[in-house]
Amino acid sequence: MTLAVSILPEQQLAVLNVAYRKAVARKRLRLTAGAGLFVAALIVASIGAEVNLRTLFTYFGNFVSYFDRILTLDNGQRVWTNFGEWFWGWHNWLKLLAETLLISYVGTLIGAVFAFALNFFAAENTSPGPWLRFLVRRLLEFARTVPGIVFALIFVIAFGLGPMAGVLAIAIHSTGALGKLFSEIVENADMKPVEGIRSTGASWLSCMRFAILPQVSAGYASYALLRFEINVREASVMGFVGAGGIGQELIVAIRKFYYSDVSAILVTIIVTVFLIDITTGWVRGRLFGKEART
Amino acid sequence: MRARYPDVFERPAAARLATPAMIVAAFAIFIYGLVDLDFSPSRLFNGLSQLGWISMMMIPPDPGSSLPLYLKAMGETLSIALLGTTLAALFALPVSLFAARNVVPSVILRFPVRRFLDSIRGVDTLIWALVWINVVGLGPFAGVLAIAVSDFGAFGKLFSEAIEGADQKQVEGIRASGGSALHEIRFGLMPQVLPVIAGQVLYFIESNTRSATIIGIVGAGGIGLQLAEQIRVLEWQKVSFLILMILVAVAAIDFISGKLRFAIIGRRAVA
Repeated sequence: MTLAVSILPEQQLAVLNVAYRKAVARKRLRLTAGAGLFVAALIVASIGAEVNLRTLFTYFGNFVSYFDRILTLDNGQRVWTNFGEWFWGWHNWLKLLAETLLISYVGTLIGAVFAFALNFFAAENTSPGPWLRFLVRRLLEFARTVPGIVFALIFVIAFGLGPMAGVLAIAIHSTGALGKLFSEIVENADMKPVEGIRSTGASWLSCMRFAILPQVSAGYASYALLRFEINVREASVMGFVGAGGIGQELIVAIRKFYYSDVSAILVTIIVTVFLIDITTGWVRGRLFGKEART
Repeated sequence: MRARYPDVFERPAAARLATPAMIVAAFAIFIYGLVDLDFSPSRLFNGLSQLGWISMMMIPPDPGSSLPLYLKAMGETLSIALLGTTLAALFALPVSLFAARNVVPSVILRFPVRRFLDSIRGVDTLIWALVWINVVGLGPFAGVLAIAVSDFGAFGKLFSEAIEGADQKQVEGIRASGGSALHEIRFGLMPQVLPVIAGQVLYFIESNTRSATIIGIVGAGGIGLQLAEQIRVLEWQKVSFLILMILVAVAAIDFISGKLRFAIIGRRAVA
């Protein structure tokens, strides 16, 4: 049995076809205009960034040979043939690595505490007043937007060379980053418990402590651990400006062309970042597991 | 009720002590960190007074006669961010297909690709900048390549996760109509993941505007070079002006990027 398919009259079809072609043409035109603008922006950016493809192709051999050199010991052999020679400074590097981890840990902890103190003022649903919210948000924005390494540059001059500058730089930057994330969690919290607590005559502080905090503490822990992961990477380059940690040794090795040291230190950093990621992932799993049960 | 749920009424001592023990341990490591990193009160106070003096010297922000130079450097920074992000996205898209579970089921191929992306992501952008400076010399070109390589790893991971999250029904539809594996990717997967990828690229352009400002600190061009120089010669009025320039530029990029993101993926997808 055949199904009857109704075909519209020719005039009606023609009108619909014209409308469809116009819509497709308009969409294609907009897409073409957008792509054209993007390509134009790329060309302007290429000029601004002094991109030189001939330079790239000329020096790409340099890039390959650079990796060849950092994988070669001074005696001409490959680095993996003699681990003792490759990691000759492992004792010093591990000490500096421990310093890097301490810098990021202390910085993250200080940042998390300040973010915790400030985020209730920054959240729309819990802020005591609009002007206070505006002020705290601008403060967190400033702390978040100025790169941590700029703070480190300034603190190295104020506090002197060493890890203290790195800790303070990471702490301030983490305050801004975590403050924003924490306040977003608070804005997503259920306000009904707050109303319940307030109806018993509780103060603002008690509302935050007993109505908001139980809802958001799991998110706090998760974001703080994530921030610690990020700060380990950030602390590893604080040494570039004299703020302590393994970055100091790395930049010396790179600038003095100690090729095998460069690869050894890079491998050390990468392995450490992997281990930190795994550890914080495990800790987060434990915390969430516990949270889910209660 | 008490007999039925004994854990709720009488938690074991180990469970009750776990939280304060964890807090005490965290605090102990914190104190050890302060001591090991040489946080002495006198040093802190001296530093803070020095910082106060620096803050006083920063007011008012004043570019001196260097405004055209700073604007050019800011343009360089924006160029570095845009080019670096675009290059990273273009190279990461094909690689992310090999890292996605639903495109390449074989673990033997997917695992090394994932580890490769993780390794690249584990090295900071500044380190890549130093490497490229050794290769192509000082200047913003090294910055572009540093951001491109660094974000290649990040994009590879994000894109592969977006691909894994795509709806499989459309892919099955293509397969049912006789399409090949390439058709499945082109017509089944790409229309779903391109909006997500576009959003991520725009977010990274914002983020890389920040990265590009500090990449100059190691000689890769842009505003960071000027900032590092002025800090080292203690020109605090210029430093505060440069920091304000960075803040304004980042805010502007955030605004433009937000508008573009909504235009591309629509407000519904965000909400």
